[in-house]
Amino acid sequence: MSEDMPKKNPLSLQIDLKKFEPATEEEKKQQDVMSKSTTFFRDSMKKLFRNPLAVFSIIVLVLILLVIIFAPMIVPYGYSEMLKFNGTKDKTAMNLAPFTYSVNEQKYMAEHGVKLFPHIFGTDELSRDYFIRVVYGTRVSLAVGFFASLIVLVIGVLYGSISGYCGGRVDLIMMRIVDVIYSLPDMLVIILLSVVLKELLDGSTGIIAKLGTNMVSIFIVFGMLYWVGMARLVRGQILSVKENEYVLAAKSIGTKSSRIVRRHILPNCLSVIIITTALQIPSAIFTESFLSFIGLGVAAPMPSLGSLANNARQGMQSYPYKLMFPALTICLIVLALNLLGDGLRDALDPKLRK
Amino acid sequence: MSEEKMLVDVRELKQYFPVRTGWGKVLPLKAVDGVSFTIRHGETLGLVGESGCGKTTVGRTLLRLYKPTGGEFYFDGELVTEKNMPSLRKQMQMVFQDPYSSLNPRMTVEDIIGEPLDVHHLYSNKAERREKILSLMETVGLNAEHATRYAHEFSGGQRQRIGIARALAVNPKFIVCDEPVSALDVSIQAQVVNMFEELQEKLGVAYLFIAHDLLVVRHISHRIAVMYLGRMVELADADEIYDHPMHPYSKSLLSSVPIPDPRIARERRRIVLSGDIPSPLNAPSGCPFRTRCPYGQDDCAECMPELKEVESGHFVACHHMEDAARMKEGVQLR
Amino acid sequence: MSEKILDVRNLHTSFRTDAGEVRAVNGVSFNLEEGKSLGIVGESGSGKSVTAYSILQILTGNGRVTGGEILFRGEDILKYTPQQMRQFRGKKCSIIFQDPMTSLNPTFTIGNQLMEAILLHTDRTKKEARDRAEELLTLVGVNEPKRRLKQYPHELSGGMRQRIMIAMALSSEPDILIADEPTTALDVTIQAQILELMQELQKKIGMAIIMVTHDLGVIAEMCDEIIVMYGGRVCERGSADDIFYGPAHEYTKGLLRSIPSVNGQKEKLIPIAGTPINLLNMPKGCAFCSRCDNALKICLEEVPEEELVSPGHYASCWLNVKKRMEGSGEAAS
Repeated sequence: MSEDMPKKNPLSLQIDLKKFEPATEEEKKQQDVMSKSTTFFRDSMKKLFRNPLAVFSIIVLVLILLVIIFAPMIVPYGYSEMLKFNGTKDKTAMNLAPFTYSVNEQKYMAEHGVKLFPHIFGTDELSRDYFIRVVYGTRVSLAVGFFASLIVLVIGVLYGSISGYCGGRVDLIMMRIVDVIYSLPDMLVIILLSVVLKELLDGSTGIIAKLGTNMVSIFIVFGMLYWVGMARLVRGQILSVKENEYVLAAKSIGTKSSRIVRRHILPNCLSVIIITTALQIPSAIFTESFLSFIGLGVAAPMPSLGSLANNARQGMQSYPYKLMFPALTICLIVLALNLLGDGLRDALDPKLRK
Repeated sequence: MSEEKMLVDVRELKQYFPVRTGWGKVLPLKAVDGVSFTIRHGETLGLVGESGCGKTTVGRTLLRLYKPTGGEFYFDGELVTEKNMPSLRKQMQMVFQDPYSSLNPRMTVEDIIGEPLDVHHLYSNKAERREKILSLMETVGLNAEHATRYAHEFSGGQRQRIGIARALAVNPKFIVCDEPVSALDVSIQAQVVNMFEELQEKLGVAYLFIAHDLLVVRHISHRIAVMYLGRMVELADADEIYDHPMHPYSKSLLSSVPIPDPRIARERRRIVLSGDIPSPLNAPSGCPFRTRCPYGQDDCAECMPELKEVESGHFVACHHMEDAARMKEGVQLR
Repeated sequence: MSEKILDVRNLHTSFRTDAGEVRAVNGVSFNLEEGKSLGIVGESGSGKSVTAYSILQILTGNGRVTGGEILFRGEDILKYTPQQMRQFRGKKCSIIFQDPMTSLNPTFTIGNQLMEAILLHTDRTKKEARDRAEELLTLVGVNEPKRRLKQYPHELSGGMRQRIMIAMALSSEPDILIADEPTTALDVTIQAQILELMQELQKKIGMAIIMVTHDLGVIAEMCDEIIVMYGGRVCERGSADDIFYGPAHEYTKGLLRSIPSVNGQKEKLIPIAGTPINLLNMPKGCAFCSRCDNALKICLEEVPEEELVSPGHYASCWLNVKKRMEGSGEAAS
């Protein structure tokens, strides 16, 4: 070995001899600090909030939620209410541009010296306030997305975890059922179901009648068909978590199966489930909007973003903004949810963790 | 030998796994094929062998993590069956190899160590549970302040301590240690090995110590068993097997161990085996080792050699015992 | 004294992570002579693999060499253009990795992968490459090389795959072979085969080997020179005999004490207390000070400099400085 390495003689005269006394135990201990305790969840949230796109999506979603909750209380128009003037339909209030008033309204304001609430998005061809219709449409779309995802979540997780944990023959049969369901054409089933349900549910009242049979069939179809993806995912995740030694350790202790699933397996699948659900909502919203767009969605006069877009299609040349508002809202919601889902995945996926 | 009451008495343990090979054909993978051994109270039996030899399967089958295909297992004189296993679990525990995957990352240390207490209802109130957990943590040298932390915040050695505390929670008489130090750094290994020894002195537990690090096994074990392809080929006292290995496989295994001493390493001759370990799915007929054995003869293929007591307490499974004496002079570890 | 082939001076490598900058290698210097084997030993997180990867510039993702020089036959390879670096990687220096299961592409045959490596680094025709591939397989002790060339990685055992990885690394006749824990994933008897093979090949071909491992046994059997690393710094370096029989750093001493004795004496092991270092939370002074039994006050404050203990044997430990000071003090009085 060569000796040409840079060497410095540390034995200079100024060296403090005190420094060469043995260090005490406490002094050594001070060097050995354990890093601050964080839980997995807290750590993930910290990560999520450091992601600018995710924070932006959260802000957008919160704003949208605030608007759809509070706007109906502030705006004095109803979603199915045609603007009236002196008890009769205000014919001048058809297809108003945003922030304009009809001739009758202008007259009224001039006479009484009051200011009427503006039509933020204008009005539609039946003299209904368009802003409140978009708000209600967003409500319906979000609610459908949320509840459909909830159905998918519950059924998918239950089915997937049973199949994954039991394994063997049970798993084989359950997964073949999933394969069969996968091969059913969803649109066809929705259309057929809504026809059947229309006969069954005709004359019923309450929430079902308000939403319309189409909506009920969408929910049923989500409950029947769309959980398979989630089930497969949960099953796969459980199969891989099951291989971990801590599950074996729990078994060797004598832990019962139900406790193993509850305490050891499901908590470790949670991040995948959360991510998938977050990404399921926008896809459900899309499906709903699409169905409403082709006329299989909510029953009139209840609006949804899809049906609003469909109605606006007819006057697209003259009133392009009527298509723009619902379309933009869909885009914004779906984009925000997708970005949030991506952010969640980055924050929760242990494989990307360093 | 039979007069003394053994803690663990395993007779002809068999564990076959069905392996699907194409259309409806199922072949048995003989992971463990007729293994017998005993462990006294407070004794450590080392179990060594290469990957795929079935040493881990032996440990897991004893704890009924797999349902054994055949054989009998007497624990403290009692035949272990499906029925009495739940109550016996309190007396048998396991420490796992990988300190990273053997602890649930979503549970705190307190909950991990407390789980066996929960499962077996070993406390009457919350305070007692906590007290027990803290004393267990102290036993294995963990700081009690860390009880509420999650497993992923600890280093490998500390995690293995948590795993050991979990195994000790039910006061077992017998612990299967499945490669408990293989995943640890050298400087930490010694800490954990020392702890196993101290616990044995203090609590009188018996260990089945499975490992592939032969130096560590020799250090900790009283007796050592060598496995090859699901069979036991040699069983003897730790020093006896290292100083006078008889089975040709044990010999080459021991001579293959890298010695952390350059002078010895330079002088020593390794017996390097040719070829690979055959797949247990198509193990050779007769003696499983004959395909790699330097002394292999034609009659080795005919039947399986039995584990015979060649000298007092030294068992070897080899057809050519007359050669065994000659082999004894062969290569030694030192 | 033979010629220096590689001279690493004051190498620094860092990784950027969410939790901050991790200085994985912190001022590492060593040199490697033609045809010799050098062992880098240390526990996980000591920076031994990162040092090896830094030489080849194959750091993953956010890792970067932040300082120092790596001189290959006098040329600083850190100043190489990407093209020169590719040349260096292929022809001058090759690496084999720990896990032979994942370092071969499962979708191509052995022959495909081996021939690709040969065609890339030498100007042979396809036919010549095939002959060379067979030759290489014979060299690394693979039986029936013709048949093996047509097989896929999953058809081979771990030991066989590691042999093929070695054959691939040797295909370009490198001057330096870096082996990153080449036998850790293998069984003892297979490990013996591979170590034997590497020693034989070194004799035959005469390349220099850098062996990165945590196994002191493997190091003792394979290496002429040894570097002991802890916390991204070199604790001690010297010949194998220096390190094993005259360790001059407290970490090396502790490490040697903590392995079970070879002759089976059942004395208690003497472990190194404490837990391994957290690279995110490096102490100000010597990285080992919190686990060191004989730590001095200065150890907590200042990083010890590397100094000569005996010819060719360097250590960085304040205790040596203290001993010398006491020695010189006595001599003066």
